[in-house]
Amino acid sequence: MSKNVKPSSFLASRATSLHPAPDIPFPFTLRIFFLVIAPSRVDSLPDSQRIVITGIGLTSPNGNDWQSFRQALLEKRSGVQPYEIRYFGQTLAGICDYDALRYQTKKDLRRGTRAGSVGIYSANEAVKHSGLDWENIDRSRVGIYIGVTEHGNVETENEIYLIKGFDYDTSVWSHHHNPRTVANNPAGEIALNMGVTGPHYTIGAACAAGNAGLIQGAQMLRLDECDVALAGGTSESIHTFGIFASFNSQNALATHSDPAQASRPFDRDRNGIVVAEGGCVYVLERLSDAKQRGAEIYGELAGYAINTDATDFVLPNPERQAECVQLALNRAGLEPEDIDIVSTHATGTNSGDIQECVALGRVFGKCKTVKINNTKSFIGHAMGAAGALELGGNLPAFKDGLVHPTINVDNLDPQCDLPGLVTGEVQEVSGVDYILNNSFGMLGINSVVIIRRV
Amino acid sequence: MSPAEIRDEIIDILGDIAPDENLDDLVDDKNFRDQLELDSMDFLDIVMELRKRHRVQIPEEDYGHLASMQTTVSYLEPKMRDIVKA
Repeated sequence: MSKNVKPSSFLASRATSLHPAPDIPFPFTLRIFFLVIAPSRVDSLPDSQRIVITGIGLTSPNGNDWQSFRQALLEKRSGVQPYEIRYFGQTLAGICDYDALRYQTKKDLRRGTRAGSVGIYSANEAVKHSGLDWENIDRSRVGIYIGVTEHGNVETENEIYLIKGFDYDTSVWSHHHNPRTVANNPAGEIALNMGVTGPHYTIGAACAAGNAGLIQGAQMLRLDECDVALAGGTSESIHTFGIFASFNSQNALATHSDPAQASRPFDRDRNGIVVAEGGCVYVLERLSDAKQRGAEIYGELAGYAINTDATDFVLPNPERQAECVQLALNRAGLEPEDIDIVSTHATGTNSGDIQECVALGRVFGKCKTVKINNTKSFIGHAMGAAGALELGGNLPAFKDGLVHPTINVDNLDPQCDLPGLVTGEVQEVSGVDYILNNSFGMLGINSVVIIRRV
Repeated sequence: MSPAEIRDEIIDILGDIAPDENLDDLVDDKNFRDQLELDSMDFLDIVMELRKRHRVQIPEEDYGHLASMQTTVSYLEPKMRDIVKA
């Protein structure tokens, strides 16, 4: 543990209720007053407009449930492995080993897509975790909102590979191609598997998609389009050679003799992205509904924002990123000082990491207590699932007060030397009330989500 | 291929298409759909596999011949009799 551990008395007082006992001397009551959760704009909303997380299901390269994932992050276990893919050859990837047959038949797996399967596993795990009475729930009031970076590349590549063996005779092109590649496929497969008859669709938002799925789910709950939202992101991207080849051509694909050290955001010797698969789905409900059924609440959406750089296909724009972070803070009614953990998007590219640090420096530069970490250093870049997974990896901090580090920062890039950056070792802090999660993507899409301890 | 070999080939294809099913007890003169969970996409898979494996073309108007193992083998026998089993 770090030396930054604050006195346990501070931790205890922070957990004290809003109403300190009357016999406590004045200086202590004042201290306690300032240690409660900073109020957010959502406090003024009716419970029917307040959105809470009541279930989390996921598969990550280093864990197939929320608890295992968290444990891996605290134990600094990477999920990056050697990987070989058609045409491209040997590379590295974050690979999931969840039990696909837990919720699907072999025929389901044959017919569907990996993104669908990852989504199905994550969504079923989330519902199980939520304690919802799924058998008796009105499934026409469940909505499915799944973020994807891309979809259809894997399936199209597979078909082209197959017809190559038939001299490109398109009469052997599979009739499964269209249902596998329609853009709503991963969300639709979840709906089919779980008998959900409410709305379902994917949110195409490049690598900002995990946050975008969460945001869409919250918006639909507020609009009363559904009573339960299954929201998050999924990725099958390691199964398309194109993504590796394209990053490689862009000089943005990570290489390292030790797979566990390949994903190294903020390190001077970083050399690119480790592509990963994964999924993370949240059960979102209105606070009023969650209270009514006595659900355990893992966090409340305090604020969010999505904006656009409008400057480049791939290069980020720190000014717009900072604006996005600030917009989320404004909507939440929070100051930068109120945020305890910033979960960064940084992917391990030279430019992207620096630009995000510039953006964060602008917003959080004067904050003395904020901690900043990165989850991609463990699992690589899970694309459409990244934002949702990285938030999920940090949420347990509300209870355990631990900030998992950014691993593989052996030589910190001076341009990434943000105050509060947690590297190397887990840090214990005096309490975590607000987590801000960054997730950015190509074509200049930026997304920020702020979650509050409940 | 002999009728028995054609039957083996269909069983092999069904094994791919319906991997969760037990095909050992398949009754040849009973409709596939009464014994197996097959939908229209699965029947298209049978058509596709025969095309890919043996270049056998089955026009849409003939799909009804694929109702049971017995009708399938009878229908395919003239189309596949000259194919040598690999």
